[in-house]
Amino acid sequence: MIKKLTLPLKKEDIKTLKAGDSVELTGELYTARDAAHIRFFEMLQKGKKLPFDIKNQAIYYVGPAPAKTGYAVGPAGPTSSYRMDKYTPMLLDMGLSAMIGKGERSDEVIASIKKNGAVYFAAIGGAAALISKSIIKNESVCFEDLGTEAVHKYTVKDFPCIVAIDSNGTDIYKR
Amino acid sequence: MRKINAQDIKNTVKEMFMDLNCNIGDDITTALKNGLETEDTDTAKAVLTQLLQNNEIAKSEQVPICQDTGMAILFVEYGDKVIVDGDFNEAVNQGVREAYTQGYLRKSVVMDPVFDRKNTEDNTPAIIHTKIVSGEKLKITAISKGFGSENMSKIKMLSPSASVDGVKDFVLDTVKSAGPNPCPPIVVGVGIGGTFEECALLSKKATARAVDSKNPDARYSNLEDELLEEINTLNIGPAGLKGKTTALKVNIEYTPTHIASIPVAVNICCHACRHKTVEI
Repeated sequence: MIKKLTLPLKKEDIKTLKAGDSVELTGELYTARDAAHIRFFEMLQKGKKLPFDIKNQAIYYVGPAPAKTGYAVGPAGPTSSYRMDKYTPMLLDMGLSAMIGKGERSDEVIASIKKNGAVYFAAIGGAAALISKSIIKNESVCFEDLGTEAVHKYTVKDFPCIVAIDSNGTDIYKR
Repeated sequence: MRKINAQDIKNTVKEMFMDLNCNIGDDITTALKNGLETEDTDTAKAVLTQLLQNNEIAKSEQVPICQDTGMAILFVEYGDKVIVDGDFNEAVNQGVREAYTQGYLRKSVVMDPVFDRKNTEDNTPAIIHTKIVSGEKLKITAISKGFGSENMSKIKMLSPSASVDGVKDFVLDTVKSAGPNPCPPIVVGVGIGGTFEECALLSKKATARAVDSKNPDARYSNLEDELLEEINTLNIGPAGLKGKTTALKVNIEYTPTHIASIPVAVNICCHACRHKTVEI
């Protein structure tokens, strides 16, 4: 059974999710991958505020291909999440409540997900053309000079993913 | 001598990259369908079904299969009777530039790996491996290589005493430690022999061999089959969510080496294993 959820997620919704659950997300989320995370980190180190309020928000690790005319976004599948691990506990402590990516996370990230009652979703790597069908609106937020790595706000409808690490720290990839 | 116009090379390269990024090979489609039949769990079946659907959408709408349209790699067999009318390397790079800027492909190259990670905005420079061969043709294999899988690739210089078991252990360890990251089901390219750099090149070439092909040497094709079977018992599965289809194929290429070594390189490619070969 697929659980339908609305973004931004409510804390009580997150608590009901278990690793392995199939979900469809509807609402708004922010994109950010390697270069944007480095900038977030540098801004915070300098005592600056992030370009958007991250509290209760979801971040999708993605760098889309360019959109053809008539498309909201080009193919937009998840990138490997582990490269964002270094910066993730800091963002979770600031209230980030959900991440979407693919692949394993570090022990530090798993502990931080648990501590903050957050959730990590996996989208299917390489299903970029299919996934882009559930992204219906695409707005620029900041760092446009980063090209595909710029931060955008996507409006998604029935965005398909799987709970990979739940708020209890249960990890679907554990082996 | 045969003259080939640089413009023709540029156009060929451009068309190849625009084509291979949207149209997956029939060999991969068949292998994904075969995988679907072997899976028992709903999750593994659902992932493989979504990948097949994804590739259908990419083909029918002519959009890239994956947003990571990779670095552009070319293996060129350059006939010694060929004279290119113009600048060969510039023609190839211009073909890549036009494919990536006009074909809605992602620009994923930064100009400096450490100190200035600024995007070159046109996916150049391409990685060009040229080999002079006899003849009057140009044979070009184009590969778009995503880096989720490239980052999971490894190289090791084994001792001769490590033997075939050492080779197998290294390949299996590499796939195991990659886990869900390289977007399984993967294609495993293995290069054995030569030198440090030669085995790496062979492993990359191996990823561009069809997954319904086999090494012509029976000992190596048996090794390909044995490794595939063992990899598919690791229970990594499609998208790393467990299952039997962790790899679609292991392709091995080998070459003579030094008395002191067995160099082994494992180049992992995701299920979107995109390549194409054209002769001019």
